[in-house]
Amino acid sequence: MNTSTAITKMPTAGYGAALWRGLKSIGLLRESWVGMVGAFLVLFWVLVAIFAPLLAPFDPNSSIQPFAKPMMAAAKGGTFWLGTDHIGRDILSRIIWGSRTVLIYAPLATLCAYTVGILMGLAAGYRGGWVDDVLSRIADIILSFPVLVLYIIIIATIGASGLNIIIAITFASSPGIMRIVRGLVLDLRNRDYVAAAQTRGESDWKVMLVEILPNARGPLIVDACLRLGYVIITIGVLGFLGLGLPPPDPDWGGMVNETRQMAMAFPHMTLFPCIAISSLILGFNLLADGLREISLRD
Amino acid sequence: MSDHQEPVLVCKDLCISYYTRAGEIPAVVDFSLTVLPGETIGIVGESGCGKSTVAMAIMQYMGANGGIKSGSITFKDRDLNQMSEDELRHIRGSEIAMIYQEPFASLNPSLKISTQLMEVPLAHENISREEARQRSVQMLADVKLPDPERLMNAYPHQLSGGQQQRVVIAMGLLSNPSLLLLDEPTTALDVTVEAGIVKLVADISKKFGTSQIYISHNLGLILETCDRVFVMYSGEVVEEGTIDSLFTWPRHPYTHGLFACIPLPTADKNAAPLKPIRGQLPLPFERPQGCYYHPRCDHFKPGLCDVDHFKMEHVEKSAADHRVRCLRYKEIDQRLEVADGEVKEVLELGKQVLEVDHMKKYYEVRDSSLRALISGKRIRYVKANEELNFTAREGETVAIVGESGCGKSTFAKVLMGLETGTDGAVRHLGNDLSEIAVRDRSPEQIGSLQMVFQNPFDTLNPSHSIGGQVSRVIKKFGVETDKQKIFDRVMKLLDTVKLPRDFYFRKPRQLSGGQKQRVGIARAFAGNPSMVIADEPVSALDVSVAAAVTELLMDIQRKHRTTLLFISHDLSVVRYLSDRIVVMYLGHILERGTTEQIFAPPYQPYTEALLSAVPIADPEVTKREIVLEGNLPSAMNPPKGCPFCTRCHRRIGDICDNEPPPDQVVADRHVIKCHIPLEELKKVEPVIHVPDETERLHAQQSR
Repeated sequence: MNTSTAITKMPTAGYGAALWRGLKSIGLLRESWVGMVGAFLVLFWVLVAIFAPLLAPFDPNSSIQPFAKPMMAAAKGGTFWLGTDHIGRDILSRIIWGSRTVLIYAPLATLCAYTVGILMGLAAGYRGGWVDDVLSRIADIILSFPVLVLYIIIIATIGASGLNIIIAITFASSPGIMRIVRGLVLDLRNRDYVAAAQTRGESDWKVMLVEILPNARGPLIVDACLRLGYVIITIGVLGFLGLGLPPPDPDWGGMVNETRQMAMAFPHMTLFPCIAISSLILGFNLLADGLREISLRD
Repeated sequence: MSDHQEPVLVCKDLCISYYTRAGEIPAVVDFSLTVLPGETIGIVGESGCGKSTVAMAIMQYMGANGGIKSGSITFKDRDLNQMSEDELRHIRGSEIAMIYQEPFASLNPSLKISTQLMEVPLAHENISREEARQRSVQMLADVKLPDPERLMNAYPHQLSGGQQQRVVIAMGLLSNPSLLLLDEPTTALDVTVEAGIVKLVADISKKFGTSQIYISHNLGLILETCDRVFVMYSGEVVEEGTIDSLFTWPRHPYTHGLFACIPLPTADKNAAPLKPIRGQLPLPFERPQGCYYHPRCDHFKPGLCDVDHFKMEHVEKSAADHRVRCLRYKEIDQRLEVADGEVKEVLELGKQVLEVDHMKKYYEVRDSSLRALISGKRIRYVKANEELNFTAREGETVAIVGESGCGKSTFAKVLMGLETGTDGAVRHLGNDLSEIAVRDRSPEQIGSLQMVFQNPFDTLNPSHSIGGQVSRVIKKFGVETDKQKIFDRVMKLLDTVKLPRDFYFRKPRQLSGGQKQRVGIARAFAGNPSMVIADEPVSALDVSVAAAVTELLMDIQRKHRTTLLFISHDLSVVRYLSDRIVVMYLGHILERGTTEQIFAPPYQPYTEALLSAVPIADPEVTKREIVLEGNLPSAMNPPKGCPFCTRCHRRIGDICDNEPPPDQVVADRHVIKCHIPLEELKKVEPVIHVPDETERLHAQQSR
């Protein structure tokens, strides 16, 4: 307080300070052990994905030695820690490289779904009237389809590729996000600070994006973490149904699909990709729980 | 009250603490209280002083992290601290009942009134349902609710706020408790409704012999309801005494400070400005050494007040139970200080800034029910504003007074351009703004017409820093464009509203309510406005903070010669700061004139009732009691004739019901809308009677 009169200069390092504050609030996660476990699992897979070329012992797509059991030594040196599949590709290497697929497409798809969902939700909640009616009915129609059927229809129509997976997921999950955002906006738009922005003549989008959206971030961040988990399941399911990334690129869902007929005889071929999928989803769910716990405590 | 009566409740040296992650927080320290049968005790203090904590401790309902650290609470010779949960359950609701601030939160919205009322005697006494029902109906009649049989079958949302609070009071009284705790029971209600509830509360102890503890922040209400008062500050009682001794001669500097913060109907902004208490209430874990009040006290003496914490002591030469916690009370003569109050110059009025000319605002309501389709009346109108006419001049403060739902906020919205008017004109500096939405106005027009909002916790965006929010306004209005100049201007504005400059970097959550409201004022004045609309800017603040914010607003207005449109329901504040008053009811202006004209006869009958409802914290002032019956009619379906005819105490006959009342001009710019001839209205006695010097002396001698 006593230094207050000394301030005459403009603040300069605004963004650096904001970043630092953001990091500090992540540090709050330490108070929730559930959140810590989640963060640890997610961080683990992120590191695996980043350092995949260093970590993977074999080329994920070359067939080396079919039907190798876990821990078996390879003929040309090295060990198949998690065994190989029916074509002879090293499962550990495929899981490691496969984490890249998941961790690139799942966040990208979630981000796209959120962008569309937030914009729709802001417009519907803030403008109301016919805009709300039209957008909400569209959302109702999309949500009335069973999700899986929707995915199959979309991918079958536009073909299986990374981009199309993103499009399909955006199409199917943005209505749900829109509903959440719309509900939050309906509450927030009646605040005095929104009225203050309106009375100084700010444009609608400015009010929505600058005044309303930042205050809806709490529930949205938690929901994003949960949804990221669902998207990973979705990508896995699409892979399993043969609608995922085209082979031979490693894809956890696809790995399960390709080897499921042999699951009784060679359980390791399906078991390890499944564990990879569940651990990452568990990570995101626990992280979401932790974030919710912290946000409630404040 | 005789001395040998057994007390109902005795609290002795009570210390209550909350335990949080930050450690132990002593919420209440060294609290002693004795309640005799039939007595009403008032506990008054600002938010955070521990008054609700005391009530919760008496109910033994402290929550998971609260606890009574030491001291005892004895209720009819039984120690409440030692009782088991089971025994307590028998006492709560049957022998001690509590009434909370918000009636709509105290009633279960999905159960009928009958179920909720009958539950009380059925749970505590062994009686039949029929008997419980009869008792409930009788009790509803006792709290003066019309048509109790019909109310029994209603759901809470079908009742108005005042009716709900009466039901809650009935519920509290049903089991015939010995002690009733009322925690700010009228804060959420309108003034005229409040007046009714206060009268009811004051009658309870007479009628049922119930002792009451009445918690409030409003000294005026305490005066009207209680026998004895406890003034709390920062977790401790600083002064206690009978209404008579404490209100006529407050001894503690804090009590005195509280009185100086309340605008009295005798006060005027220029002759006797409010004197806000400087500084802020200390946080419980930052309480100073010695007297907790010493950092804010004008009579602080180093070496005496800041050494040891001391006990309450009896005030010499005063009533036996007038006690005070101050070492220097004998040396301080409060009466001397009233005399040397500063006088502020009267602001010269300038040209006409605002002219509201037959402004109307109707909202369309589309009814899509089958019945509406058949009858063809698909569109109905909510007549929020009906024919508004008034003017405001430069430097003038015009207050719009009325209860909730009278259309005062709608008018503000039209003025600000958030809504467009249906008919008529609102001319600001000669330009008709009523049909121009805010996005079509020029930056100068927007900047010269700004608003201060009601809720301090809502007025600032919690996601952005203070500096960012104020700079945004300056940028938007094009006052400055250069970054460094904008920053300098924000600094200057922060100085103007008396906030430290490093608040630039703070987020709203780091500010107190009063500080937030100051930022709101800074924001409104950023574009050099010619006119500012203040929508109840201080109603959510504590008295001492409200006084400071009010004074600040007045000072800035004086400096900038701004026209201030002050929207409020609190007539004592309005009387204090406004030059002219517009009284609104159900979308109509019933009376308008200068402050003196409004506060003196002739009155419009509604103005008369409003004046009577204002609680005044001065025992020497007497007022005529007018309690309005009934509720505000719906704006969808207003009375055909005079809007006020359904509740008017001076109704003269069918003409009131059937014909809209004429505007009767009393003097220049003083207009009354009423059917009663002016000559008769002029004969009405003044509502508020302030004794003059001779009467005052006379009263003191007789005492």
